[in-house]
Amino acid sequence: MNGNPDMRALLRVGGLEKRFGENAVLRGIDLEVTAGDRIAIIGASGSGKSTLLRCLNFMELPTAGRIELDGVAVGSERRRGDGSIERVYAEAELTRLRRRIGMVFQQFNLFPHMTAIGNVMEGLRTVLRRPAAEARARALVELTRVGLADKAEEYPARLSGGQKQRVAIARALALDPEILLFDEPTSSLDPELVGEVLAVIRSLAEEGRTMLLVTHELGFAYHFASRVLFLADGVIHEQGSPEEVLKHPREARTQAFLARHRAFSF
Amino acid sequence: MYQWDFAPVLANFDLLALGLLNTFAVTGTALAFGVPLGLALALARLTGKPLLAWPAGLLIEVFRTTPPLVQLFWFFFALPILIRVEMTPFMAAAATFSIQSAAFFAEVFRGGIVSIERGQWEAGRAIGMTHSQAMRRIILPQAVKRMIPAFMERAIELMKTTTLVAVVSYADLLYQANELAQKTFRPLEVLTVAALLYFVCIFAVSLASRALERRLAVSGETTVR
Repeated sequence: MNGNPDMRALLRVGGLEKRFGENAVLRGIDLEVTAGDRIAIIGASGSGKSTLLRCLNFMELPTAGRIELDGVAVGSERRRGDGSIERVYAEAELTRLRRRIGMVFQQFNLFPHMTAIGNVMEGLRTVLRRPAAEARARALVELTRVGLADKAEEYPARLSGGQKQRVAIARALALDPEILLFDEPTSSLDPELVGEVLAVIRSLAEEGRTMLLVTHELGFAYHFASRVLFLADGVIHEQGSPEEVLKHPREARTQAFLARHRAFSF
Repeated sequence: MYQWDFAPVLANFDLLALGLLNTFAVTGTALAFGVPLGLALALARLTGKPLLAWPAGLLIEVFRTTPPLVQLFWFFFALPILIRVEMTPFMAAAATFSIQSAAFFAEVFRGGIVSIERGQWEAGRAIGMTHSQAMRRIILPQAVKRMIPAFMERAIELMKTTTLVAVVSYADLLYQANELAQKTFRPLEVLTVAALLYFVCIFAVSLASRALERRLAVSGETTVR
């Protein structure tokens, strides 16, 4: 599926399950992500697509299954009292891992008490302990990339939704993540602001970055993705190229989802 | 018809000024120890670790639910008997009000911290912050801003509650006013001037806090209407 058999998976997910109490949200996900992959994750609400994304950088701890980053399994095995095996995760390991996997949220989650450039510098200063001047220069590069160098000294409250999301993308980029996760990045934006955020994401795709995107923008997914995953009931119900999944879906549920979804144009 | 006469009060104003200084001393000490101790208690309570959360919770509840006058008596009269430490009136007053205000500030801190949206924690963790880095850099600065009104309310309450220290013969403003009233036979005038001094000090603090809130409001959300 990845085309190039020599390429090792950057991210490998096996048997991933996530339960919240009695509610099984993910029921066995297997996934391989190779460097440069652009994966769009679609599905109805409640299908587990956001939870899947949030498990990949351990915002949520998986209930079962394992995740390897660059060939190294995250966490360690421990034998329970009844002899079964569970994975345990040390907070320090997860903290280090999250530097390598950037995340962009639906609600932006900018730090409101910091300026735009303060937001972008924060990870460089506090997490990577870079000197202020170096961090500022790097932050400005990222703000320029998302077209907001002139808003560097503005506080988030003075930015539009689209601008906030672009700052949030710059904040994630500043740490040089190996993988970028986008959790419905345009879902809380006014329709006229969606385009500017998608344009930034498209430019990142052109740079060959490895990205996973949960989205309802099927038209964008079609152009953006190298692979589309359709999630239903916590499993990958169908996957393939955008052409295969979005235009010629094999599975009845995928067809029903696409038909129910508001009309989109390629 | 009562003849108001403020001349004896003004002639002895130095006594009241000394009392005011002492009031500042005990209020200031209580704030200086109460705020950091309150933060520590709040963080201990929020860890969710029983070994830290329980003692902190117990201390907070005991000091919030018992009368400050009784607490003061305990520090001044009971502690010397129980553990043989002699306390000066100032030490007893400072200890009582430090811990008592810590208990209240702990709840203010806790309320401020839990009011910050979960997304802020997640954004901090997503860029690789540890829990304590996110607390220090992301959560507390925002929580403190939201806490300012409640914090000022407590500080004002504290300054007025310190009038209780008169019972352990600490010469605060109200204690001095009482002395002066007996000396001059002018209790109405003396107490009026004392009240005026409280008003001026507290009102000044209250104005300063509004100015501070307004200055902090530049970054968006505001608590000033």
